[in-house]
Parts: sequence; structure tokens; C-alpha cells
Amino acid sequence: MVNAREEAAVSKEKNNPVEGTPAPGRRRFVEVLLGSGLLATAVSFLYPVLRYLVPPASADLGSNTVVAAKVGDLKPNSGKVFRFGNQPGLLVLDSSGQYHAMSAVCTHLSCTVQYRSDQHVVWCACHNGVYDLNGRNVSGPPPRPLALYEVHVQGDDIVVSRQRSA
Amino acid sequence: MLNRLRGWIDERFGWSQLTAPLRKKTVPVHYNSYWYYLGGITLFLFVIQVLTGILLLLYYRPSADGAFESVQYIMTQVQFGWLIRSIHSWSANLMIFTAFAHMFSVLFLKAYRKPRELTWVSGMVLLFLVMGFGFSGYLLPWNTLAFFATKVGTDIVDQVPLVGHPIMIFLRGGPEVTGATLTRFFGFHVAVLPGLVTVLITVHLMLIQWFGISVPPGQEPDWKALPKEQREMPFFPNFFLRELMAWYAALGVLGALAALFPWELGSKADPFGSAPAGIRPEWYFLFMFQTLKLIPAKIWFIPGEVLGILSFSVAGLLWLLLPFFDRDPGGRSRRWITGIGVFALSYIVVMTIYAYVAK
Repeated sequence: MVNAREEAAVSKEKNNPVEGTPAPGRRRFVEVLLGSGLLATAVSFLYPVLRYLVPPASADLGSNTVVAAKVGDLKPNSGKVFRFGNQPGLLVLDSSGQYHAMSAVCTHLSCTVQYRSDQHVVWCACHNGVYDLNGRNVSGPPPRPLALYEVHVQGDDIVVSRQRSA
Repeated sequence: MLNRLRGWIDERFGWSQLTAPLRKKTVPVHYNSYWYYLGGITLFLFVIQVLTGILLLLYYRPSADGAFESVQYIMTQVQFGWLIRSIHSWSANLMIFTAFAHMFSVLFLKAYRKPRELTWVSGMVLLFLVMGFGFSGYLLPWNTLAFFATKVGTDIVDQVPLVGHPIMIFLRGGPEVTGATLTRFFGFHVAVLPGLVTVLITVHLMLIQWFGISVPPGQEPDWKALPKEQREMPFFPNFFLRELMAWYAALGVLGALAALFPWELGSKADPFGSAPAGIRPEWYFLFMFQTLKLIPAKIWFIPGEVLGILSFSVAGLLWLLLPFFDRDPGGRSRRWITGIGVFALSYIVVMTIYAYVAK
């Protein structure tokens, strides 16, 4: 079979005016045909793989409000990290009995911040970033303030909501 | 650009020295030459397995309460996840098929004979490992079929006298098939077996390179009588390009099967549910499964199961050592081996079909 094919190739070459070299037009045509076929195959197998690598969007962030805690969960001068969609939020009850809520994701490199009751500040343990209770970056590396949330007490629930403007 | 890269390598390692083994290698040309492609196709499918396996690892979670859900997630949420899993499953089955076909072609073309005994042995060990791949991978989706197949499969190991029970405990990670079994099988499937198989493939290929490709004994007299008539083609690029075409065809078949007949997931395994009717292992274990079903409960004083398992073990061991029984060229032992090969192939085919028909 190999033999027959090679003979056929040789006889085709003989038809060419220049002895022993295949017609450039025909060769080019076969090359383009083969090349585009291989390229199409590569694309049709690689495209699904690339799409596969992109993780599907995780569960929706949900509503813009969440019950962060119950009244009485927090003692004055303490804080609690709560789940807001798929991000952590920080709820603080200060010494004067007022609630503060903000994003708990440090604006520096996304560590989760905590409330320091000894210094009355919001503190990030990773790189010693410090924010005040209004989320403003006070010292350390954080470049921006933390996003502030609104807090409402509805019956027993402490409801935190994203500010509309944000 | 390419020339400069080549020059860079040439300066440091000697391009011609690197490619010398490839240029030295030739492939005999005769009317049975096409059997030489099967080993390469098996290797190609193994590479596909490694690549799609890595992709599946991006989303798979190996635990009793997460495995089924994660495979479900791959198939329903991840884009083209169903296709990647389907390719992995189909490629696994095709690879086992081509590995078996490769083995029988080597057997009938007598490519195992001296000095290539160890090439055969390494290939047989590879075949056993590939079946281990199939068995361990089958459990990973943690569906009902997989659960019971693993229960039965490891129970068969338990029947082996003396060593059977400890081996079963080792495989299951306890007396029952549980999440612990899944963790172990996952480890075997993605770490232990790939490592062993990679080493053995390297050995197998180096042995082939060392001894060259076998000329079937049917062709040998002609080759010796008329040395000028010997027909060989260089491995690189002549045979290699033909092999690439075979790979391309294999990829086409694989893609079509995976897209048109996506692998199903079934229902989640329930360790306290009953085994569903019509349960059976993957097709490549069917001939053994069917044999065990047919053997009576007791033969003389030996339990039927034990006899069946021991017979298969002995047969497997003899099969592994087959080249060492082929002593006299063209003599009786070689005809015996051909006969045994024909018998084994027919036995496997008939028993497999029987298992499908008999239910």
C-alpha cells in the first residue's frame, strides 16, 4: 500500500515540467488544506478546555441586606465577623452602645480585619493596618477606607444593609 | 527563530547526538505493519488521560459526602465539564481496548521472543496497572454502580486464602467500603498508579529502542534470504508521521464518542441501599465476572469462588511469563502458544458477549 502510494506520487511528479519536483501550486494547496484542518481540530479541542478552566460564578451575592446578629449577641466594646453574601463583614458595638458595620476585607491585601477592644480600633493582623470605627484608614498600609454598611435594629434582629450609593 | 533555538541546543548538547537514537531506529515494512501503531495509540490515549485527569482535579472533591456532588457540579455547572469527564471515561475504555489489542498483536506476531522477554513483561505489568487505573477510577464518582462494583471487586480479593483478607482491609481502608475507601482509591488513582505507570512506560520504550522493532518469524526467512529486499522505513519522520495520523484518527473517534454518547453519572451511592438489578463491572472485567458466576458453589472440597480466583491468578502469572515458554523457534512450544492465544482471545470474547446477553 505504501508502495502504491509512493509510485503514484512519483508518477504525478513526472507530469510536472521540472523533473522530480512536485507542482508548487498543488503542494501549497495540500499544505493549506492539511494545515487548516489541523488548526480547526486544535481549536475545537482547546476551546472547551479553556472554557472549562474558567470557574462558574459562585452562588449569587444574594440580597443587599442580612441579619448580622441578634440584639444581646454582642457586649459593648466588642466586634463580630458575619457573613455578607460571600464576603465577611464586621459588626462592632462600641462602648457607648452604638452599632457600626463595615466590610471586613482589608483594602490592602484582602485579609479579614478584627475589632481590637483594647485600642477601640479595627485592626488587620496581616500587615498591622488600622481603621477607625467609621472604616477610615488611620495607619499602616491600607490605601482606602473600608466600605461602611448601614445598621438597623428591627425587633430582635440587627440588620445590616449596603448603602445604596455604593 | 527556530533555527536559532536549534543552534542554541546544538551548541550545548549536540542536536545530532540527541536525535541519533531516533535516526537509528527503523520500522519493518510488511503486510502486518499496521499492528505496530497500537502501542503508540495506547500511549497517546494515556497522555489524554493525564491531561483530562488534571482538568477533572480542578473541581473534583474526594470525599463520601462531596464526590458525587462535585462530579455532578462538573457535569452541570462547569462549562464543557460533561465533555471533559466524558473524554476521560471514553479514553480510559479505549485505552484498555487498545492495550489488549496491542498485547494480542504482540503475541500472535511473536514479538515477545528472545531477546524481548522483558519488553513483554513490562508491557504486561503496564496492562495490570491500567486495569488498576480502571478499577480505582470507577469508584471516584461515588455512584451506586461504582459502590457495588468496588464492594464486589474487593470482596473477591477477600476470598484468596491467607493473604486475601489483609489485602482487602488495606484496599478498603477498613472492613467495609466507605469514605475511607474513596480516599485511598483517589490516592492510588492520581498519585501511586501514575507514578508507577510513567516509570514503566519509560522502561518499556527504552527496551523497544534498545532491541529495535521485531520482525515477525513469518517474514524472517525472506529477510535473511534476500537481504537487499529488506524493507524498512526510518522511524523518524516516516513512521512517526504515520503514527501521528493514527493519533489524529484516534482523537476523532474519541471526540465523536465522548460528544455523542456522554458518560452517565447515575445515582449517588447509598451504603445501606440494595444492589440494583443488572449490576456488573466494566466490560474488561466481565469475562472474569461471568466465569465466577458460572462456577458452582463447591467443586470437590474447594469453594468455587476460590478456585476461580486462583485459576485466574495462575493464568495471569503464566501469561506474564509467556516468552520464557517459547523455547524452540518454529517448534511445538510456539504452536502451543499460538493455540493458547487463540483460546484466550476467544474465551474473553465469548464470555464477555455471554455476560451481556445472559444479564
